[in-house]
Amino acid sequence: MARFELNGKEVTVDVPDDTPLLWVLRDELKMTGTKFGCGVAQCGACTVMLDGMTRRSCVTPIGTIDGSSVTTIEGIDGPEAQAVQAAWENLDVPQCGWCQSGQVMSATALLLEIPKPSDEDIDNAMAGNICRCATYVRIRKAIHDAADTLEG
Amino acid sequence: MTKMNRRGFLASSAGLVIGLSLPIAARAQSGAAAALSGGATGDASFAPNAFVRVAPDDTVTVMIKHIEFGQGPYTGLSTLVAEEMDADWSQMRAEAAPANNALYKNLAFGLQGTGGSTAMANSYMQMRKAGAAARAMLVAAAAADWGVDASEITVSKGVVRHGDKTASFGALANAAAQLTPPEDPPVKTADQFVLIGTDLPKLDTAAKTNGTATFTMDLYRDGMQTVTVAHPPNFGGTVASFDAAEALKLPGVSAVQQIPQGIAVYAASTYAAIKGRNALRIDWDDSNAETRSSDEIYAAFSEIAAEGGKDAELIGNGATGIDGAAQIIEAEFRFPYLAHAPMEPLDGVIELREDGVEVWMGSQFPALDLPAVAGVLGLDASAVTVNVMLAGGSFGRRAQDTAHFAAELAEVAKAGGPGTYKLVWTREDDLAGGYYRPLTVHRMRAGLAEDGTLLGWEDVIANQSIMAGGPMAQMMQDGMDPTAYEGATKMPYDLRHARIGWAQVDSPVSVLWWRSVGHSHTGYATEVFLDMVLEAQGKDPVQGRLELMKPEAGRDRAALEKVAQMAGWDGTKVRDGKGYGVALHESFETYVAQIAEVEDRGGMPHVTRVWCAVDCGVAVNPNVIRAQMEGGIGFGIGSVLFDEITLAPGGTVMQSNFDTYRMLRIHEMPDVMVEIIASDADPTGVGEPGLPPIGPAIANAWRALSGTNVTTLPFAKAGV
Ligand code: FES
Ligand code: FES
Repeated sequence: MARFELNGKEVTVDVPDDTPLLWVLRDELKMTGTKFGCGVAQCGACTVMLDGMTRRSCVTPIGTIDGSSVTTIEGIDGPEAQAVQAAWENLDVPQCGWCQSGQVMSATALLLEIPKPSDEDIDNAMAGNICRCATYVRIRKAIHDAADTLEG
Repeated sequence: MTKMNRRGFLASSAGLVIGLSLPIAARAQSGAAAALSGGATGDASFAPNAFVRVAPDDTVTVMIKHIEFGQGPYTGLSTLVAEEMDADWSQMRAEAAPANNALYKNLAFGLQGTGGSTAMANSYMQMRKAGAAARAMLVAAAAADWGVDASEITVSKGVVRHGDKTASFGALANAAAQLTPPEDPPVKTADQFVLIGTDLPKLDTAAKTNGTATFTMDLYRDGMQTVTVAHPPNFGGTVASFDAAEALKLPGVSAVQQIPQGIAVYAASTYAAIKGRNALRIDWDDSNAETRSSDEIYAAFSEIAAEGGKDAELIGNGATGIDGAAQIIEAEFRFPYLAHAPMEPLDGVIELREDGVEVWMGSQFPALDLPAVAGVLGLDASAVTVNVMLAGGSFGRRAQDTAHFAAELAEVAKAGGPGTYKLVWTREDDLAGGYYRPLTVHRMRAGLAEDGTLLGWEDVIANQSIMAGGPMAQMMQDGMDPTAYEGATKMPYDLRHARIGWAQVDSPVSVLWWRSVGHSHTGYATEVFLDMVLEAQGKDPVQGRLELMKPEAGRDRAALEKVAQMAGWDGTKVRDGKGYGVALHESFETYVAQIAEVEDRGGMPHVTRVWCAVDCGVAVNPNVIRAQMEGGIGFGIGSVLFDEITLAPGGTVMQSNFDTYRMLRIHEMPDVMVEIIASDADPTGVGEPGLPPIGPAIANAWRALSGTNVTTLPFAKAGV
């Protein structure tokens, strides 16, 4: 039995402790915005925020997050998230779209930490998120644009 | 271009539907009823099937017959309809057409499917005619209502107007639906285009930015079980025996069944299905399996290529002038097996019910997947519905001529009995599961006279055929599979004497179209080898290519000239520690030239900038075209630098996940500058053609910078 906060609401799930958070979100709670890409912390498609930090949900056993607060793409909010999503739409970043929830989560976390990231900051923060469609040119530009919007 | 010659309409509370007319018997299997809001079917003498649907709320929904996996058909085909309707872009919606070969076939193939970068080309006139018919009927309805001449009515941004009278599409829909559709509505001339050629926002962006886009894996249905399948580790292997006892003890695992593809584990959740599979004990029978290593396969292919293969193209005296030439240039290029690795691995949902079967999957060839499901289950095709889902990438992986995934999905349902099943391939299944870009060897030779004149060019290609052995084998002529060597033949250069040979080699390793298919290796081999020849002739890579160009290769020439101008090419191949290389390659009738700028980072090329000129005919949506060029370039860079699927001695795949099959990451992506060459030729595809030139452009830049000529891919393997 694990209890945690998901997008601001208490949830309780009854699954084996070793079940990855990713599959709890998807299979049990039907929150399907968080995607499966590799299952071994290599691609970032499953990125969520755990107590404010990005986390690969595919390698996060549910038994280890009792009492934590989890935010997924469905619950992400605030000026940074809005700026990122607006920039994403403006530049038509997604192609197939499968990786993009994870990209948006990582980009938002980056702006929360570094409001005006350099190219190098972007490389460091986003290198864990694979985009097989290689939308990287636009991801980079969208993050810069979002930072500019936030700066006002 | 095939014309829509029989056009029907549907009157219903859902509004106006324009499409092909069908006898009523075909309606039941059309699947389009689901596409109609409210399920209303209206006039009984016409089938409810359509490309265009106008709802009372003014939205115009376009049924998209091509699967959307990022290459943009939702936006591109909707643009064509919106253009001819004079709709406002904000009222446009796109929806996947269901599997229905009669209505939604690819006019280039004769069956419903997506591939070969044909989506735009085959739909260009069809979608415009569909939009034009809708417009004509809306205008006629307004004319009747207002008692004015239709020719005096104008339409702009979704508003139908005469003098001070206006009406929206939705308001006119029901009246328009009572009218007879025009036989052959005129379409606009290029100078009348309002939307085509502009950067319209993509219709699927928002849902893919906020997590609401629904893909196959996102489907959860009542009582659904999740299934994983243990596949043989060696290609051609089969199950000798298995023990499921440990797996069945695990919580959530409900059943284990043997199916022709392997051992299927049925569970209450994905994780239980994965754990259950890990707990299986299986003995495999490898007596018919591929047990050679990649190195052994390369050696065998190389030997076979040395025998010359069959003639794929013979120009002038062929290769006969090479042997006695003053200078002979030779190279053997080796291209590994490559996995497509779409970010969403293969998956599908199947529901076996008393009244039939319903399937949801990222079906790229619905025309083949549907009968495959019916075949496995022993049902009539009319009992099977296939819903085409958004897919998280494909790059060719879902274009299955053998429908192997649909068949596996159906086997899972057959073994499981009535119920709902989601079959999920993990990344390990995906990478080790075959259907690779064929491992390929190019043996190339060229002979130069004392004065540098090219006396002969030979390219012998050895690889497996994708078409042979499958349903497309019947399309092969004289035993030749052009997809094995396309791009090595019909080059834009006047080589005067050349021979292109192809040797078909067999292996149990399954192969499939991989983004740009044959061009993925022929583009590299020909453009690197040509650069070597030009170097030996003391010629500039751009000037030398232009001099060699056939007079009729005007579009190739223009693309090369454009990219040279964009990059400020002046013949300098190395400047300030950076190397520059050029490549030009036409594929799928789209002409792409690229120049790559690379630097040396720890002995590997790091690509810093890429200039790309593309001619794909009319640029329907320049934003989508640029995105596909960027994507094709990034996909290509990762592949040539890092990727290979290798078989270890014994035949087992050595790569299992992204830790061993390395994807390009953001810090490795160059700046990309794209220019689209203005054209009024019919549009051609952009999903694949951006890829072939990038590998050779990098290789040519790297050779200039480092002196190393990389002929065995990937660069990482070559010990670069
Ligand atoms: S699915 Fe978690 S990092 Fe890939
Ligand atoms: S948009 Fe397709 S994987 Fe990123």
